[in-house]
Amino acid sequence: MKFADFVCTPAIRQALSATDKESVVREMVAALVEAGAIPEDDSDSIVKAILKREELGSTGIGRGVAVPHTKHPSVEKLVGTVGVSEGGVDFDSLDGDKVQLFFLLVSPPDRPGDHLRALENISRQLRDEMFCKFLKQAKSAEDIQQLLEEADNNQFVS
Amino acid sequence: MADKTASRTVTVLNEQGVHLRPADLFVRLAKRFESQVEVLKDGQCVDGKSILDMITLSAVKGSKLIIRTTGPDAEQALDALVDLFQRKFDQPQDNEQQTADQQQA
Repeated sequence: MKFADFVCTPAIRQALSATDKESVVREMVAALVEAGAIPEDDSDSIVKAILKREELGSTGIGRGVAVPHTKHPSVEKLVGTVGVSEGGVDFDSLDGDKVQLFFLLVSPPDRPGDHLRALENISRQLRDEMFCKFLKQAKSAEDIQQLLEEADNNQFVS
Repeated sequence: MADKTASRTVTVLNEQGVHLRPADLFVRLAKRFESQVEVLKDGQCVDGKSILDMITLSAVKGSKLIIRTTGPDAEQALDALVDLFQRKFDQPQDNEQQTADQQQA
């Protein structure tokens, strides 16, 4: 699976203003609503579901990356977005570091395989330090989109 | 004394596959042992003590993985890690969806 298969481009946010876990999730879900990827009426319930999942264990997987996610019946296919926080957000990540890169995923309840393939793609690309570094340094949503495209075209991972 | 190596094949039994939380549990458990832990799937070999590595395996239900441990506590580490797979990572979410399995067990 490629980024282009699940990242909703108009919902990419380069300069997240949120400074805590709940508001960063709200900000990214709001971006998905604005882009028309998820229904506005469901946004509260999606935010709550994502935060509930975080209570089970942080999705901050280290290297300044978090993958907040949930299953939700309001989507028919996996949708996601990417957000970058310049200052970083305290996300209780597994290595204790602040999180700068967020990949937020909402998947249909009955498609665990797609969720796994998206995680696989994200983690495989993020193993490349240059990709992480460039994403954190991105100056615009277009920069991020271009980096994701380059990653999809295997320009980071041999 | 030379390090011991132990390995065994496990099948992913839980409905959701090795997603983030099972991978996290696996890595936490692996780190409790001194031995090196490697996980192999379809010719790919990753570090069992790295969560990023573990999720790159994209192991769905039914996948077969080989866990290989090397070190002074290789056998104990292998037993504990295989057991975690067999317990379906103690995922309540998965168990809800597997009432049939639970009834059998």
